[in-house]
Amino acid sequence: MLKVFSVELRGKVSEVLSLYVTGFLTYILPPVIVIGIVYFIGKWKAQRLLKNQGVAKNTGTAANALSLHSRPPYHGAFLALVSFLPAVIVFCAWSIAEGPVIKGMVNSTLPASVGELEAGKQDLISSVIGTVENGLKKLDQKELALLEQAAQYDKEVNKAAAPVEPEAIRKLFEDKNIILAENPEPYVLSAALKSRSFTQFSTYGKYTLFVLMSIAAFMIAYSSIKLRLRARNGVETIVKWFLILASIIAIVTTFGILFSVLFETINFFQIIPPSNFFFGTVWDPRFGWGATGGDGNFGQYGFLPLLWGTLYISFVALFVSVPVGLFAAIYMSEYAGSKLRSIAKPALEILAGIPTIVYGFFALVTLGPFFRDAGAVVGLEINASSVLTAGFVMGIMLIPFISSLSDDIINAVPQSLREGSLGLGSTKSETITKVVLPAALPGLVGAVMLAASRAIGETMIVVLAAGIAAKLHMNPFDALTTITVKIVNQLTGDHEFGSPETLVAFALGLSLFIITLMLNVYALYIVRKYREQYD
Amino acid sequence: MEAQEVQKNMSNDLSTHSAEVKRRMSKRLKKRQAAEKRFQFYGMAAIFTGMMFLVILFTTIISKGWPAFLQTSIQLNVNLDPEIVDPSGERNVDKLMQANYTKIARTALYAELGGKPKNRKTRKLMYKLLSRGVDVQIRDVVVADPSLIGKTVPIWLYAHGNVDALLKGAIDRNTENSSRLVKDQQLEWIDKLVASGKMAKQFNWGLFTHPASSQPETAGLGVALIGTFFMIIIVLLLAIPIGVAAALYLEEFAPKNRVTDIIEVNINNLAAVPSIVFGLLGLAVFINFMGLPRSGSIVGGLVLALMTLPTIIIATRAALRAVSPSIREGAYGVGASKMQTIFHHILPLAFPGIMTGTIIGIVQAVGETAPLLMIGMVAFVQDFPTTPMEPATALPVQIFMWATSAERGFVERTAGATMVLLAGLFVLNAAAVYLRRKYERKW
Repeated sequence: MLKVFSVELRGKVSEVLSLYVTGFLTYILPPVIVIGIVYFIGKWKAQRLLKNQGVAKNTGTAANALSLHSRPPYHGAFLALVSFLPAVIVFCAWSIAEGPVIKGMVNSTLPASVGELEAGKQDLISSVIGTVENGLKKLDQKELALLEQAAQYDKEVNKAAAPVEPEAIRKLFEDKNIILAENPEPYVLSAALKSRSFTQFSTYGKYTLFVLMSIAAFMIAYSSIKLRLRARNGVETIVKWFLILASIIAIVTTFGILFSVLFETINFFQIIPPSNFFFGTVWDPRFGWGATGGDGNFGQYGFLPLLWGTLYISFVALFVSVPVGLFAAIYMSEYAGSKLRSIAKPALEILAGIPTIVYGFFALVTLGPFFRDAGAVVGLEINASSVLTAGFVMGIMLIPFISSLSDDIINAVPQSLREGSLGLGSTKSETITKVVLPAALPGLVGAVMLAASRAIGETMIVVLAAGIAAKLHMNPFDALTTITVKIVNQLTGDHEFGSPETLVAFALGLSLFIITLMLNVYALYIVRKYREQYD
Repeated sequence: MEAQEVQKNMSNDLSTHSAEVKRRMSKRLKKRQAAEKRFQFYGMAAIFTGMMFLVILFTTIISKGWPAFLQTSIQLNVNLDPEIVDPSGERNVDKLMQANYTKIARTALYAELGGKPKNRKTRKLMYKLLSRGVDVQIRDVVVADPSLIGKTVPIWLYAHGNVDALLKGAIDRNTENSSRLVKDQQLEWIDKLVASGKMAKQFNWGLFTHPASSQPETAGLGVALIGTFFMIIIVLLLAIPIGVAAALYLEEFAPKNRVTDIIEVNINNLAAVPSIVFGLLGLAVFINFMGLPRSGSIVGGLVLALMTLPTIIIATRAALRAVSPSIREGAYGVGASKMQTIFHHILPLAFPGIMTGTIIGIVQAVGETAPLLMIGMVAFVQDFPTTPMEPATALPVQIFMWATSAERGFVERTAGATMVLLAGLFVLNAAAVYLRRKYERKW
């Protein structure tokens, strides 16, 4: 088997094994052992207390014999948690804070002239400092001395020639495979050296504090282990806080999405006014450098053509999927025997489990050319990537979504309604169309809205099948583009981050988020309310 | 209305009108029954349409994809000339890696096809039968066993993508020579090699192990599989503990108030947020703000973990709710605390349900493409990543990249990769179904 692997892969296998084994031995195993030892110390102390108590009880020396409040393992867990948790929290906080603090301290040592430069230039300098600092690790003693010499040289103070040419330093780094954008200025080198010493200091401080805090907490917790210590309650409170923390992450994610996207969107709207974006009918981004050169013409970012394309394609998708999905659901819940149900339901669920990229590929290589050829036969000019292709394939994708949701909703309609209708002599189909469906209508509308929200947010099918032409036309046989396609296009190219060309993706993302959020909230509200009606 | 009419008719003149009424009623009944039949037919047609799409989808992909698992190769007696392979005689691996193996391969091919052609053009046509990746193949043989240097060994080498396409029928040999990618002279050689059994289709292990390549015949899913593997591990490590913990809190501990209501609505909505928006979050927060490496599978894993979180929370809550209250009451009855009841009794019983939900979440995550495009995992990666911090791609992203590639040979690779992806998802789904069947309890 190994024979089929190339030399690179075989080399990687041994590299990976040694990397992960050493990583496990140095970073995972020791903490686990230490925590385990502390746990057993706590457990052992509790057990000893219990034993002594038992002895005291038997000999009758203890006036009021007490038993252990919590079982010994809880004492162990209590000791381990109390010993390390505060220290871990402080350690993490320090690790998060140290980066920005050190950066601020290093920046304050830079010459005043740097502070006057524009923001982009300053970022560049700090990134060069970072590169040099990382490179310092690869230098040996002699090269380091050379670098320190270069760092101390100040053009203003001694007008003599530099002891070490900046080119030489750059060459030094190049030999180590570290490419610097320009010859490093002396202040850059000295800042890198300072940054390194700050980081070292911070690291030592961090670890020392961690060890000291753990020892102190251990001592306090150890001495607090008594018979009546409510160790279980303590452990349970800590566990409960973990659970609360985990459920907060779900909220944090939503706000993370909202704020990260909102923040970049505001940046975008500072360059392109919102009215031009939301009411613009032309999509034509240009490469305008703005402040740093170029003609400053960023082109036009009209949202309407994209919105139109998105809605049009989603409409086609719903046009395909709603009748098929709805009828499939009706047949499965009202007519089909258990045999057909047991085949058809999983089969449709398979359709739901297929990744969208597969649908996209299907549209690209099979359905698109098929529609084009079929159109040519009947004399229609159908583009291989068109609204029809994208919408049709998306419709196939949505069939199981609609059918399973509608199935649930139709099944939730009380049987008494059906029986009443059938008892009056109506046929099954009349019962369904005149009684069941009207009763289920709000729920079905909710299901269709959920499907619409899916269609609007769908990406891979339209990226591969809809085309990139942002136009406003009604022809379903021609290409149109969508919001999601443009988000992908704007972010996968080689655009500079911070230019309107990439920032527009966030404005599009925010619009998409808000549209789908409104649809979802309303649809879920309808579905929920409707379900409760019959319970 | 009609009933009244019928009644009136009946009372007026029962005998004359009864035949007429009967006729009208039966006509109406027939119409209604026909409508019923039609309605049923629509339902059956809908189910049939859905199943038909499924069949069409799978047959298209399998018919396009199966040739990707075979690769045309040429068996050549390769003379591992020490003068070319290792002139210094040191057997130094670094030097062995850099020798001119292309020349060795071509010499072997010329020998096989009756001598080196004098004409430059003919020579070019001849060596164009071999893939550009054959040097790596010979190199791998030599580095694996340096004692072969100086010997002549038979090695199966990849044929050029066009030759492969010809043997698989993708290139029609009846088209005109000038517009055909494989020329007449090459056809002659190919027929000769096939007749002597020196050229044949073999199982294509390279599809699973090779990294990205611009030639279809040496392009593989190696890097993508590793990237997907890393991301699955990260999703498992992050999403399961956090998701289960959040579900436990919301289902068992949280007081019913406005805040928990908002959290609940929020989680349901999070499950329906378009995946591409999660990609934007990953780009803005993990890459731009936290400075994690672009294209690294760590970022992909984090984004996918956030995406799977709502799925796992919803599934876990359903599984917890499904545990019979009698278990809870029994535990309380013997004096267990709430935490003990949950962790010792409820959670183990809900475990199969949680696993099923988790697998479904993983299946979604593995097939997800759009957010990974946002965080730069769409890259031409030739180095196998050893840690999640290094650039990697993922299986669906590799499919996307091959699907948009202009080269013809990639269509077959794309479908092949799709088959690999679908097979992987099928295995995961089967595991979920198995777990559900095996451990499902009815209370």
